[in-house]
Amino acid sequence: MLALLVRRVIGLVLTLLAAAVVVFVVMEVLPGDPAAVMLGVQATPETLAALRTELGLDRPAPVRFATWIIDLLQGDLGISYTYRVPVAGLIAERLTITVPLALLSIALSTAIALPLGILAAARHDRPADAGIMVFSQIGVAVPNFWFALLLVLLFSVTLGWLPSGGFPGWQAGIGAAFAALALPAISLALPQAAILARVTRSAVLDALGEDYVRTARAKGLTRAATLRRHVLRNALIPVVTIMGLQFSFLLAGAIIIENVFYLPGLGRLVFQAIAQRDLIVVRDIVLLLAAMVIFINFAVDVLYTLIDPRLRGQRT
Amino acid sequence: MTVLDVEDLRVDIRTPTGRLPIVRGVSFTLARGTTLGLVGESGSGKSMTALAIMRLLPQAADVSGAIRLHGEDLLQADETRMCRIRGDRIAMVFQEPMTALNPLHRIGDQIAETLVLHRDMARRAALDEAARLLDRVGIREAQARLSAYPHQLSGGQRQRVMIAMALACRPDVLIADEPTSALDVTVQAQVIDLLRSLVDEFGMALILISHDLGVIGRLADRVMVMYGGAIMEQGSTKAVFTTRAHPYTQGLFAALPGRGARKGRRLAAIPGTVPAPDALPAGCPFYGRCPRGQDVCRDNPPPVVEIGGSRAACFFPGP
Ligand SMILES: Nc1ncnc2c1ncn2[C@@H]1O[C@H](COP(=O)(O)OP(=O)(O)O)[C@@H](O)[C@H]1O
Ligand code: SF4
Ligand SMILES: [Mg+2]
Repeated sequence: MLALLVRRVIGLVLTLLAAAVVVFVVMEVLPGDPAAVMLGVQATPETLAALRTELGLDRPAPVRFATWIIDLLQGDLGISYTYRVPVAGLIAERLTITVPLALLSIALSTAIALPLGILAAARHDRPADAGIMVFSQIGVAVPNFWFALLLVLLFSVTLGWLPSGGFPGWQAGIGAAFAALALPAISLALPQAAILARVTRSAVLDALGEDYVRTARAKGLTRAATLRRHVLRNALIPVVTIMGLQFSFLLAGAIIIENVFYLPGLGRLVFQAIAQRDLIVVRDIVLLLAAMVIFINFAVDVLYTLIDPRLRGQRT
Repeated sequence: MTVLDVEDLRVDIRTPTGRLPIVRGVSFTLARGTTLGLVGESGSGKSMTALAIMRLLPQAADVSGAIRLHGEDLLQADETRMCRIRGDRIAMVFQEPMTALNPLHRIGDQIAETLVLHRDMARRAALDEAARLLDRVGIREAQARLSAYPHQLSGGQRQRVMIAMALACRPDVLIADEPTSALDVTVQAQVIDLLRSLVDEFGMALILISHDLGVIGRLADRVMVMYGGAIMEQGSTKAVFTTRAHPYTQGLFAALPGRGARKGRRLAAIPGTVPAPDALPAGCPFYGRCPRGQDVCRDNPPPVVEIGGSRAACFFPGP
């Protein structure tokens, strides 16, 4: 078990390093000289060269890569070209919106999808199942930004219950902050919940067809007790897999949704940074997003071994 | 003393294209401490008969007849009552030891679950009892094995665990559906010996399902030969094995390995294949594969005739 964990952690570090290399190389080949962008049309060759030296852009790529990584490890993410402030602070501030938004969406999506999926499977081929499947079909088909617009029309424009965009800041109070996050989180969560409910349903149905379910029933367990004690944990394995995969879609979705709702989160920051060729910010955020996805995959791997004893110990 | 009395058991499965008769009028009684062997080719309806007794048939199945356990008709019992009976009064061991245990739970917990459920035992006490059961079914270092997961056991050991689980509440009836068919020959013999000694010790009645006459011959007091969802022949093992009144029984014996067949050659199975439930003739199910079959067999249900202590459903029975 411990050896397994050590192997996983080594794998995690190597994957992170590989991601950093990819991000760095992509940024290298992208057109656009940051120094030229910062100086604008008044740039003379001399000022340009001076700025490039100041930014360290004249050094060879491997040196810049090593510097970047070493600085990263020390928490120094560089200075934003456009904002002229440390990128670390900039990102940290934006994360106070994006992280709660992501967690809220995942919580919502799970809270909706798991019970519905389990219910549909338990009521297989009956009206409840059919109803849930129709709703999830709609949820799968509708893109989240379009869904966001519908929600705004209903809850902000028509009913006036929730703000249609912007963020008052956490200092405005938990209530106001969550009200601002509610519609974005729902827009992100519902399409994911639709898919997750389907996955849950089919995972539970698969598990219900297994021999050990018949054994459990032959022991005298009721249908409900069998579902609780023998089916759900077995069904969790594919569900956790999909939740891990959905996390990357959630991050991508957050970039769009933050722009739809004018939320000053990471998604909006990366959008603006790209538009302004603030490559240091773009590079750090992209690596951060990649790292998040990699960490989630790591967590999913660890979860697998917690759920399934067959994946612990012994084999390789 | 009769423990189980099955009368005119019928199982139909509803399909989009109509009703399939899977079990067609099976009747038998089972006395305490005796073993009934249920034999027949694959697809004869043996498992469906067993699942009907457990009331664990697929949802698309309709059952009729009577299944009396100590006089109580299980077909009239509601699901709550059945949950009390299953695992406590009637237990079942399945064919596939590889998949019949939950891969995510320790075997100790899986055995203890039955005791906690029916005996209202605390988990600790149930685990102690589980260890005694494991020891009884021949698992070495039972106490330590309680915390093993199914994948850490061999097929034979898993089947022993299944048997321990089924025996936990000392049921009146144990149904073992092909309990050794998935095991190697040496392990098969050990499990058969184990079942025999357990029947003697616990005094329960055993319904042993197998397509293997050898296994049936070693364990059963009475034999029921099944084909096409119906009983072809039944009687004491001695009578059925010596008289072989029914042409289907004769076919099964002729298909036994090691009889007049040269090594390496595929053995003489009964010619033809088991017909699908919707392709059965109106009369005798064996018509079409039976060397003695006449027109009368095709259109009329055969009479039950007693020969040499064995009862055969056939127009032209006899050795
Ligand atoms: N769920 C089902 N739907 C339709 N037919 C089935 C189903 N399960 C089993 N059968 C049919 O019932 C017949 C008897 O099956 P079974 O009792 O499993 O036979 P055995 O145990 O003797 O091999 C077979 O013809 C099989 O195809
Ligand atoms: S009734 Fe006819 S077809 Fe059926 S087993 Fe007897 S002889 Fe054969
Ligand atoms: Mg079978």
